[in-house]
Amino acid sequence: MHTPTSRTAVAALTAAALLGAAACSTPDEDDTPGITDDTVTIGTHQPLTGPAAAGYSTISAATAAYFAYVNDNGGIHGRDIEYVVKDDAYDPAQTQTAVRELVTEDEVFAIVNGLGTPTHSAVLDYLDEQEVPDLFVSSGALTWNQPGVYPNTFAFNADYVTEGAALAQYAVDQHPGALICVLGQDDDYGEGILEGVEMVVGGNGLAEIQTYSTSNQDVTAQIGAMMEAGCEVNVLGTINGFTALAVGTAAELDWFPQWYVSSSGGDYPTLVGYLGEDVAPLVLQGMVSVNYLPFSPDDEWVELFRRINDEYNDGAPFTGNTVFGMSVGYLFAEALAAAGADPTRESLVAAVESGDLVGNGIVPLAYSEDDHAAYRSVGITVVNEGVQDYAGPVYSVGAGRVTAVEAQPVPLENDGIPQPPQGDGSDE
Amino acid sequence: MDRFVFLLSTGLARGAVLALFALSLVIVWRAARAVNFAQAAMAAVAVYAAFAVTAASGSYWLGLACGLATGALLGAAVERGLMRRLPHRTPLPGMIGAIGLVMVLQAGLAIAFGPEHRPMRAPFSERPFVIGGVPVLSPYDLFVLATAAAVMGALALLFTKTSLGLRLRAAAFAPETSRLLGVRVPRMVTVGWTLSVATAALAALLSVPTELGLSPHAADLLFVDAFAVAVVGGLDSPLGALAAGIGVGMLSGLVTGYVSASAAPLAVLALLTVVLLLRPGGLFAAGEARKA
Amino acid sequence: MRTTLRAALIALVAIAATFGLDPFRNYQLATAAGVFAAVAGLTVLVGLTGQLSLGHAVLMAAGGYGYAAAATAVEDAAPGAGPAVVLVAGLGGAAAASGALGLLLGLAAARLRGPYLAGLTLALVIALPSAANVLPLGGDQGLPAPFFPVPEALSALIAVEQWHAWLAIAIAAVAVTPLAVIRGGRAGLRMRAVLDDETAAGLSGVDPALVKTGAFAASAIPAGLGGAVLAVATQQVTPGGYGLGFSLLLVVAAVVGGLGSIGGAAIGAVLVVVLPWLIDTAAEAVPAELGRRLDGNLAVLLFGAVVIAVVLARPDGVAGLLNRLPRRRPSTDDTAPSNHAPLSTTALSKSTKLL
Repeated sequence: MHTPTSRTAVAALTAAALLGAAACSTPDEDDTPGITDDTVTIGTHQPLTGPAAAGYSTISAATAAYFAYVNDNGGIHGRDIEYVVKDDAYDPAQTQTAVRELVTEDEVFAIVNGLGTPTHSAVLDYLDEQEVPDLFVSSGALTWNQPGVYPNTFAFNADYVTEGAALAQYAVDQHPGALICVLGQDDDYGEGILEGVEMVVGGNGLAEIQTYSTSNQDVTAQIGAMMEAGCEVNVLGTINGFTALAVGTAAELDWFPQWYVSSSGGDYPTLVGYLGEDVAPLVLQGMVSVNYLPFSPDDEWVELFRRINDEYNDGAPFTGNTVFGMSVGYLFAEALAAAGADPTRESLVAAVESGDLVGNGIVPLAYSEDDHAAYRSVGITVVNEGVQDYAGPVYSVGAGRVTAVEAQPVPLENDGIPQPPQGDGSDE
Repeated sequence: MDRFVFLLSTGLARGAVLALFALSLVIVWRAARAVNFAQAAMAAVAVYAAFAVTAASGSYWLGLACGLATGALLGAAVERGLMRRLPHRTPLPGMIGAIGLVMVLQAGLAIAFGPEHRPMRAPFSERPFVIGGVPVLSPYDLFVLATAAAVMGALALLFTKTSLGLRLRAAAFAPETSRLLGVRVPRMVTVGWTLSVATAALAALLSVPTELGLSPHAADLLFVDAFAVAVVGGLDSPLGALAAGIGVGMLSGLVTGYVSASAAPLAVLALLTVVLLLRPGGLFAAGEARKA
Repeated sequence: MRTTLRAALIALVAIAATFGLDPFRNYQLATAAGVFAAVAGLTVLVGLTGQLSLGHAVLMAAGGYGYAAAATAVEDAAPGAGPAVVLVAGLGGAAAASGALGLLLGLAAARLRGPYLAGLTLALVIALPSAANVLPLGGDQGLPAPFFPVPEALSALIAVEQWHAWLAIAIAAVAVTPLAVIRGGRAGLRMRAVLDDETAAGLSGVDPALVKTGAFAASAIPAGLGGAVLAVATQQVTPGGYGLGFSLLLVVAAVVGGLGSIGGAAIGAVLVVVLPWLIDTAAEAVPAELGRRLDGNLAVLLFGAVVIAVVLARPDGVAGLLNRLPRRRPSTDDTAPSNHAPLSTTALSKSTKLL
């Protein structure tokens, strides 16, 4: 018995030494973390590997490309933005590790656009404890909008309930009396979409409700049930891959209902990647989705983003994820510009809460001191002959009601490089 | 009733693929008394080869042939290069070596091809025939069923009617005696691995077009289900693999349709557990196959 | 007794070491301690009884869920209960949940051999996300676990990560010490006897089925406590954290450390926690597109290659090197010469007719 334990002792010491070898000193507490005279370091957690990587790994690359563009044009207040992207494989346990590393090792100024509901939920309390600004979470859960509980956390996506309600309202307006059904992911995403749809059509207004699990790539049984129920409008709370599976499976069954898809699963170029360029235009013709970011092919923002994508992102395929990633980057740059020449974590959060940020959406940002949601209205998009574009209607969702509003796109200024607000120079 | 028929028919094609993959496990079990835990990763490599060739040449059939050849070569290479060099008195080194191989192959594929799901086209329409108002099998499903049946028939003939099949079985059951009788046992083991991985590659090639697309993990779930099928059918029994494959395929279809999508893997796990505990030899095995 | 003393000593050394580490390294140390407990359970199971479990991640998850459920329940039922009560209740829940699952698997293991058991445990790992959705386990989002702030008396001295590392080390010590005692005692002898020759063991009054079931349960509880450690450090239990990839990493850690060796398990656990992080950090230096592909994958590739190399060349793993260090000859319970070697050599090649 001496031997196993003495070996254990040696091994434990070896293990401790291995850990210790990589150790370094505890950070200096005085300065604002992540800010130097010429850099601002921020971080994010993204699924670069694993099952969700296929849908979303391009977002952070687009954000990084936009920051490279800003840095080449002088940065914000003369500082370059350094964007540290950590892979979490969409696994909450790895998110924990990644975010702790960002906060304690890389000493980031803020976490920006952390992606996913289960993943980001895992670090919400930690970021709150550490008082790290947690900006523009990439998920439509309502969790991020709790200013009383999480004063430093802000959402970016329109929430799933809003999207579901807008889709259902458009369906009711376009096809009065049609049988509406829902296919949703078996988590908060699918449930949020369902809640929004039921807000419009009532609790008993749906002909069929089906769910799927990401671990099972066969939705034939669900689609079969919806077909049998005679569904005419299918609202999908699905991620891109499963939107493609659902639409493809239905087409195989020779069934072509109306598809109304949430923005997280309704990106046309991404769906073409799944379905193939020959089939996609046929089965996706007329697909309805929602969005709140510049999207039209001839939009000036889209034109700028395409240019940045070609120049700083090796001309990667230009999709809704590209626009999403760059829009997040723009919004952060705008917040940083508004946070003053010597930004602190407090001034950054105050800048977002001020309500002065405009972003680049087609509808106004909702941020204020007691509202940490970004977009409370969404525009309807429709696919026509292989082009996805806004169809006109914009719906605002609030207090359990859906109202039609006008779009208010933000014009592009100064080549998409945010400037400090007027009068900001006075205190320098 | 319509729903029931529809769910059964969707389960049937899936069941045929499961049976084929399970058969590949049966082959390597018969030849080498081993379960190859790297079967899914090796099949995925073969499907990537097929995908690349189809993309380059535009021919599904050329890709299919190339995928099968890659699977066969990989099977032989892994047996010669790795499995043969491991101690054989217990299955442990083989299983651990296979796990290492899974990690190398899947990570290698992810590095080489990226994490994206690549869409793969089926060579035939996936639009089902409608009989009495119920959509049943599609032409592609029929192709899958026919291919699976043909391969199983051919392998059954090989094992029972040819001298190669006889030597394969002899080498597996009684290696020492076979060697004395002039059977080249090591060569037979290599042949078994070659056949097995080629069959697994075929099953994966047939299944990927019906799923989300090709990724390094595309065959993982197929392997786990097929393992359950092989065990339920009895690892020694090709006929058992066929029957259990169809049965498990239909069971998943029905559970998904009537309970929920999440419940299907649990149903398969429950079936596997019950069969292992009550009849560890499988439903179709004769006697104490477990201790061979 | 000696084992317990040594374990306490090692735990103290490890706790002292936390003062040399920054917060992130302490977080990694806490994670490694949790993984160590699970790998120790696994390595004893595989090394001493030859039963390969690919499902130890699920046993960890069971422990994590048991911990989260019990600790939260106690916290809600008795809001005034101190953190110590909550922690102990949680650990009890972890041991109960993982022990019960381990016992069930052990009953199966008693009847199954080699590939059948491995296949069953593999199916269990694959079914975990479904189970999390079907059972009341919070789906993909998992269950939250209580947060333990640094006690008042220490709050000026240490950061929360360091405090969690202390808890992790203490729990891991409590989890692994009994395992070391079992391994060195009569029960360990019985396991080796069953591994060497079941029939012979049976003839000398050892019930192979009982030994195998017991070994599985004894291996499951430390794994479950390891899951509790991770829940303490991260305040959450999710099915995504305990997938197939992680389960295979546990096997890698056991193999690399040397099957059957608890010291080796410590080395293996630190390797599987630190090496992926080191590689990913290095991968950030290469161009973005390539880096993105290497990130997360290169570490897995290397681990796979190392496992193959180890199983080909050195079946007794890294701990086999330590084995060569000069030391006193053991006297008491080393009745068989193979006892003091890491047991993988036995497990890998000595046994008969396992299949």
